[in-house]
Amino acid sequence: MDSKKQNKIAIGTLYGIAGLVVLILLALLGYILASGLPQLSWHFLTAPAKAFLKGGGVGVQLFNSFYLLILAMAISFPIALGAAIYLYEYARDNWITTTIRTAIEILSSLPSVVVGLFGFLFFVVKLRLGFSILSGAFALTFFNLPLLTRSIEDSLRTIDLEQREGGLALGLSRWETITRVILPAAVPSILTGVILSAGRVFGEAAALIYTAGQSAPALNFADWNPFNISSPLNPMRPAETLAVHIWKINSEGIMPDAKAISSGSSAVLIIAILLFNFAARYVGKRLYKRLTSA
Amino acid sequence: MSEEILTTQDLHLYYGEKEALKGINLNFDAKGITALIGPSGCGKSTYLRTLNRMNDLIPNVTITGTIKFKGENLYAPNADTVEIRKEIGMVFQQPNPFPFSIYDNVIYGLRIAGEKDKEKLDAVVEKSLRQAAVWDEVKDHLHESALALSGGQQQRVCIARVLAVSPEIILLDEPTSALDPVSSSQIEATLLNLRHDYTIIIVTHNLQQASRIADRTAFFMNGELVEVDQTKNIFMNPAKKQTEDYISGRFG
Ligand SMILES: Nc1ncnc2c1ncn2[C@@H]1O[C@H](COP(=O)(O)OP(=O)(O)OP(=O)(O)O)[C@@H](O)[C@H]1O
Ligand SMILES: [Mg+2]
Repeated sequence: MDSKKQNKIAIGTLYGIAGLVVLILLALLGYILASGLPQLSWHFLTAPAKAFLKGGGVGVQLFNSFYLLILAMAISFPIALGAAIYLYEYARDNWITTTIRTAIEILSSLPSVVVGLFGFLFFVVKLRLGFSILSGAFALTFFNLPLLTRSIEDSLRTIDLEQREGGLALGLSRWETITRVILPAAVPSILTGVILSAGRVFGEAAALIYTAGQSAPALNFADWNPFNISSPLNPMRPAETLAVHIWKINSEGIMPDAKAISSGSSAVLIIAILLFNFAARYVGKRLYKRLTSA
Repeated sequence: MSEEILTTQDLHLYYGEKEALKGINLNFDAKGITALIGPSGCGKSTYLRTLNRMNDLIPNVTITGTIKFKGENLYAPNADTVEIRKEIGMVFQQPNPFPFSIYDNVIYGLRIAGEKDKEKLDAVVEKSLRQAAVWDEVKDHLHESALALSGGQQQRVCIARVLAVSPEIILLDEPTSALDPVSSSQIEATLLNLRHDYTIIIVTHNLQQASRIADRTAFFMNGELVEVDQTKNIFMNPAKKQTEDYISGRFG
């Protein structure tokens, strides 16, 4: 067999495998959307869930998902940013940084169930936070922190050493070079990383089942005082998210339209995550253009 | 007779165990252009980067000897690298404009230093870009990205960016080696314009370039300074055999 032929066979095989993967993905997406989209309505997206009767919605779960996401990001982003800047810009390779890096590697490969059970023992039980948004947000922070730190570190890595030297050679301090030259240049790619990790956090269930809990008490959307128990903003209330809701309906749902609600919720989840991904690309590109051509 | 603005005495630099500079003694008068030439790997960039402490960024570097800028030891324990680099600016081989507008690139140093007066900033932008001989080409799109410029224009914007913080000394490490001949000669013209007002030290592999623009030329080899003299003496009448061999292209 001559090398040309071999080449053709190899390329053909690779195309075949790639095609198969895409096909499976499209089939999954198609199935979820086809069975879920017909369930969607304004009522479904806004109404509270019903435990025994048909006609419930996912309004509270949807709100919980976003609220948890924002809280988790608000906690993990500053820490991840600081850690990434320290690791990439300041730390020299020694045993301390090697240890930190190894810890990050291990944390990022922990199964999220383990993170969830740790969160249960530590935040819910030990710190007495109970099944609450706060417990959930902390658990999500643990889940998110290593991934986000690595992604921000990668963003910093894409900025050439020449840019740093250029800043320093102008008489900027190290810190000024980082905050005024490197970070602005890295913002688009950092933001892309943040939005993509938001997608992962949004779809996370296992880390939340035993931390944010599996119940979604009705909320009073007219009460925005975070200290009131029925206020949507109260961080101490249990809060089932969309992803947890899907898991729960499928394992123990007893409402007559459980199947339809599960399909609808899955479609909402998938659409939200797709939106995160498209937003990441769009915002990243737009921002880069804005920043680089004032 | 002008006074010496920068002096190096018995300068040694080690990368780990490896001695890259083996006792350099070299002084620079205020104003004018000095070219550093020599075969690849002889330590030209290393030497240049000791002059504004850019080697501080590299781990495991040991430096001994003294470098004085206007009589002040650059490596004194209380020396302020930030202040040093404001006085001794640097232009690199690869043009490295920041990914911002041309205007922002030029005023970046000043703006971070706290200058807010719009009129003053405008004036500095124009003056620096004129000095760098790129004003006419960019004046109509100052607020567009510097990344959209040609390599030669980018390099001149980088020179303007350094000029804007008004340094006394400008270090350039092969500033034209990534550029086409036309852009290179524009940069040369720019430097010739600046030689009356600044002390310019340029590393170059292009011997013609050194002979065209430099008042003085220093020849390095294997981490040592072989010879330094008026450029025409180095090229027409070198004192050392090694210099002659290098100039006439017998090695390097
Ligand atoms: N960061 C570094 N770590 C270890 N050794 C280095 C480092 N930078 C340079 N060297 C070594 O020091 C010596 C001098 O290098 P330098 O870059 O100063 O040479 P140069 O004269 O500028 O060469 P060129 O003309 O190729 O740019 C070389 O042998 C090089 O391998
Ligand atoms: Mg060099």
